[in-house]
Amino acid sequence: MLEARGLCKSFGKVEAVRGVSFSARDGQITGLLGANGAGKSTTLRMLYTVLKPDQGDALIDGGSVLADPLAARRSIGVLSHGAGVYNHLTARENIVYFGELHGMPRADRQARAAELIELLEMQPFADRLAKGFSQGQKLKTALARALVHRPKNVLLDEPTNGLDVMAVRGLRKLLAQLRDAGHCVLFSSHVMQEVEQLCDEVVVIAAGQVVAAGSLDEIRARGGDRLEDAFVALLEPK
Amino acid sequence: MNLRGIWAVFRKEFRENLRDRRTLLSALVLGPVFGPVLIAGLVQFSISHAEEQSDENIAVAVTHADRAPNLLAYLSARGVDIEKVNLDEAGTRKAVVAQTHKIILDIPEDFGTRLQEGQPAPVILYSDGSRGFDRRGVGRVRTLVSQYGLEIAQLRFLARGIDPISVLPISVQEIDVSTPTSRSVMVLNMMTYLVILSMMFGGLYLAIDATAGERERGSLEMLLTAPVPRENLIYGKIFAAAAYMAVSLILTVAMFSVAMSFVGLEKMGASANLGPGAASQLIACCAPLLLFGAAYLSIISGFAKSYREAQTYLGLVITLPTMPLMFAGLLGLQAKQSLMYVPFLSQHLLMTTVVRAEPIEPTWVVISVVSTLVYGVTLMRIAGRLYRREGLLG
Repeated sequence: MLEARGLCKSFGKVEAVRGVSFSARDGQITGLLGANGAGKSTTLRMLYTVLKPDQGDALIDGGSVLADPLAARRSIGVLSHGAGVYNHLTARENIVYFGELHGMPRADRQARAAELIELLEMQPFADRLAKGFSQGQKLKTALARALVHRPKNVLLDEPTNGLDVMAVRGLRKLLAQLRDAGHCVLFSSHVMQEVEQLCDEVVVIAAGQVVAAGSLDEIRARGGDRLEDAFVALLEPK
Repeated sequence: MNLRGIWAVFRKEFRENLRDRRTLLSALVLGPVFGPVLIAGLVQFSISHAEEQSDENIAVAVTHADRAPNLLAYLSARGVDIEKVNLDEAGTRKAVVAQTHKIILDIPEDFGTRLQEGQPAPVILYSDGSRGFDRRGVGRVRTLVSQYGLEIAQLRFLARGIDPISVLPISVQEIDVSTPTSRSVMVLNMMTYLVILSMMFGGLYLAIDATAGERERGSLEMLLTAPVPRENLIYGKIFAAAAYMAVSLILTVAMFSVAMSFVGLEKMGASANLGPGAASQLIACCAPLLLFGAAYLSIISGFAKSYREAQTYLGLVITLPTMPLMFAGLLGLQAKQSLMYVPFLSQHLLMTTVVRAEPIEPTWVVISVVSTLVYGVTLMRIAGRLYRREGLLG
């Protein structure tokens, strides 16, 4: 369960996020939809504790990220924008390293890495150095790394960027699996179809503010049959 | 203090960089091999050159040789090869400038008559003072000519019934107190400089890779979402850089020890104190610098936006801490207690003392170790602050 409460963040004179509030429930996939520069990434970064909000707070499973960022980090798995992997480590070592940072005992993190490698079908490259990995292989490695500590909440910043069709389908399947297992999944995107195919709930952000939130049907009801039309309708000045 | 994650980060950085050819090359090969080979080569060259110079005859060209046959016989009996030439004054100068003859002795026309009349008889010695290698030759010729003059003077006193000893009221006896070991220090002074530089280079690429490199690859943001205090992340990285610097330091000193044992220092009358005992003392002298150096490198590259930028910065600033050493070398600075508070310089001075095989003042060691460690911890904390800033993500 993730909750944003009146989040504000400025960089110098630029107000990137201006009072964003929404919640993402367990067992659902929530999409953060918005144009480039709308404030999606900044909102996510405050949720996953890398940025401190100027105002407002974010709650992760009821706990404030401001009051106890370390506790918040324990219950989230993060795939940041353009997440890089360590080139001189194998995919498995990349995963195990994060298990260690999360304080998992050695046997546990090894077993969990093996489990994720199977789940994400990474066997062919699991023990190769990440140096020559394709985008898809890098993404899987980063994703496994984000999930190593079995986080209840998963946050992904534009995860499908630069992926081919097969990789996107694989990712979609995985996110659905996570939802069905009761996780709270929040991801940002500017691609309508993606959001349309995956999400149970949508939060539309424009110019640093939430302009609409609700189920796909509720959003569509505000502007036409297709999400895209609804999105455009939402952005147009009234 | 919460130590979580430091060990994990340390191990990961250590292992990852073990697989990076660039890091390994600079930590294990560049410093440890290049420095010792350079110094050993220099020492070898100066020894063989010195040997040649003292044994060789000196070639001297003489114009108007027929005017002073006795003087020339005296010189050639004492290791001077005389070549008779016929040049006017301008030609003589030209020949020395062009180095066709390095030393030319000109006997003026009135040399013989003035000598007979008991008046000072001049000879003219031409050489080029800007050519350092030949100064010793000129000095020897000058001394020999003076000695010849002195012998003539003694004969004149004898002829007048005066004991020649009485006209030599003072006799100078020169004693050179530089011991063989302290003489070798002049040559080996550069060594301590190279040891410190090589140590710094050992951690250079790891420091860049772990800070600027991690940011450039985009893995930093995910690292920051791990439930580990941010400063612990950079502490782990600093310790990993320090570990590589330690390896580099130990290898460099060991290589110096080996290289110097091959060079015939004793031929020069110099025996550098660089056995296993001295080598381990050198390493111990430098050890407190590991933390300081690693934190210094990490902070600088932590400010850089990219790997390349960090490389540029560090290329410029890596020599900065070694500046006091250069000044010390130029000014001939002596070790004293107040200098033990200066990092890098105090290590250099202590190392020099070890190589000279002189007794070490224990309080100086304590001051050097404690002050350098304090600076190191301070820098480490500053690095920790840097990692707490949001601007870190760029």
